[in-house]
Amino acid sequence: MSLITAEKLTLSQGGKTVLRNVDFCIDRGEIVTLVGPNGSGKSTLVKGLIGALTPTSGSVIRARGISIGYVPQTLQLDGFLPLTAARFLSLPQRQNSADIEAALSEAGVPGLARSQLRALSGGQFQRVLLARALLLKPDILILDEATQGLDQPGAAAFYRQIADVRERLNCAVLMVSHDLHVVMAASDRVMCLNGHVCCEGTPDVVQDAPEYRALFGTGTQGAFALYRHQHDHDHDHA
Amino acid sequence: MTTITTMLDDFLMRAALAGVGTALAAAPLGCFVVWRRMAYFGDATAHAALMGVALSLAFQGPIMLGVLATAMMMALLVQSLSGRGLAEDTLLGVLAHSALAIGLVAVSFLSGVRVDLMGYLFGDILAVSKTDLALIWAGAAAVISLMVWRWQRMLAATLNADLAQSSGISPRAEQLVLTLALALTVAVAIKAVGALLIGALLVIPPAAARPLAGTPEMMALVTAVIGVMAAIGGLGASFHLDTPTGPTMVCVAAGLFVLTSLVARMVRRG
Repeated sequence: MSLITAEKLTLSQGGKTVLRNVDFCIDRGEIVTLVGPNGSGKSTLVKGLIGALTPTSGSVIRARGISIGYVPQTLQLDGFLPLTAARFLSLPQRQNSADIEAALSEAGVPGLARSQLRALSGGQFQRVLLARALLLKPDILILDEATQGLDQPGAAAFYRQIADVRERLNCAVLMVSHDLHVVMAASDRVMCLNGHVCCEGTPDVVQDAPEYRALFGTGTQGAFALYRHQHDHDHDHA
Repeated sequence: MTTITTMLDDFLMRAALAGVGTALAAAPLGCFVVWRRMAYFGDATAHAALMGVALSLAFQGPIMLGVLATAMMMALLVQSLSGRGLAEDTLLGVLAHSALAIGLVAVSFLSGVRVDLMGYLFGDILAVSKTDLALIWAGAAAVISLMVWRWQRMLAATLNADLAQSSGISPRAEQLVLTLALALTVAVAIKAVGALLIGALLVIPPAAARPLAGTPEMMALVTAVIGVMAAIGGLGASFHLDTPTGPTMVCVAAGLFVLTSLVARMVRRG
């Protein structure tokens, strides 16, 4: 059985229908990426899948007892809420400090446990968000534009890490992304949204689909290679 | 036992205990009011308390019960109306001031009953009876238990609704719990500080505690300490200066806020 299945899902936000008739499923070990222009319903679909939005019609079925590791687009941190990275990792489940330290190391930011979240850089912050999701021992990891604010090498490194996590935990990964070129190559399956499902399939299939090209053009071809030749060093872009 | 009973015969002791109970109830809730930017929501709920007073007097029921009911109704009303187009601050302004005005008018209709209006607006902590005291502490215990029980969930929901939802926490349910706690706190605090100053008791101590805290729990704890200091300090000051007690407590809290803000600023500059 799939971890999350949606059938003929229609979702509305603020009285407006954002997504129509979406069929979706994701299995253990799969990396599925949602792409699409702004306002195409990517984040809305994620909200529907995690239960934050009630379907207007259709259904969402989450496998019983699955743990969802959700990495939000960003966190609006109120200046009046003091929060260390360690305390954040203990939400909503209390965690012991050894596990917290391990999760931070795993996410690539060891030793940040006592830092205030507000004092972290964009890259560190994203990795702390990831560490929290990892602590939940997720069956499925959901990342909503998780590389916002990261530069290209940073984003590529982040995605490589996601691929590693998938290997180790054998979890499913659902990503929403704008970084088409980077993400496409790292995915098993891509779903292109624009108020409905435009096209879906393996990255190669989607990339050649006329619907996809109509939305994104063909200009991403060159950048598509970025991930494939494995950047593990930074370039000095003059 | 006899010593406790004798102690409670002293009106100053009763006042101090009432102040401490109120401050303790307001501390964890006040933190959430600040974190969730609900200060005006708190005000609107507190201002509705006066309608509850009028209601209780009309039906000769216990004041705290009437206040609890109207505060709860007001909080639910605000919640159901918010997010429907009208700007949030405008909506809260309309509701808070209307509630206060309606309460004042309603109380004036109660001919034949001599009503100490000032007492309900600014509190009358020196007139706290043993029954009041028992009700205040029972209410405070209820609020604190509620907050401790839901703490993790409410914190997650406050941080990010979707993040909470993904772990099976319903942000709407947590909002409702918070609303209930707020109504309870208003009912607890009406005797000590009155309808107009409950908002101050909710917001000033956490604001003063913020620079001294690194985690949410620490902030709630420091808020409680500051709240208790304001209650006892305010009571003492008002006794010596012969000033109204509720407002004096709020003044002490405000003074502590200035103090911690200055200290934080000096520490940051090194």
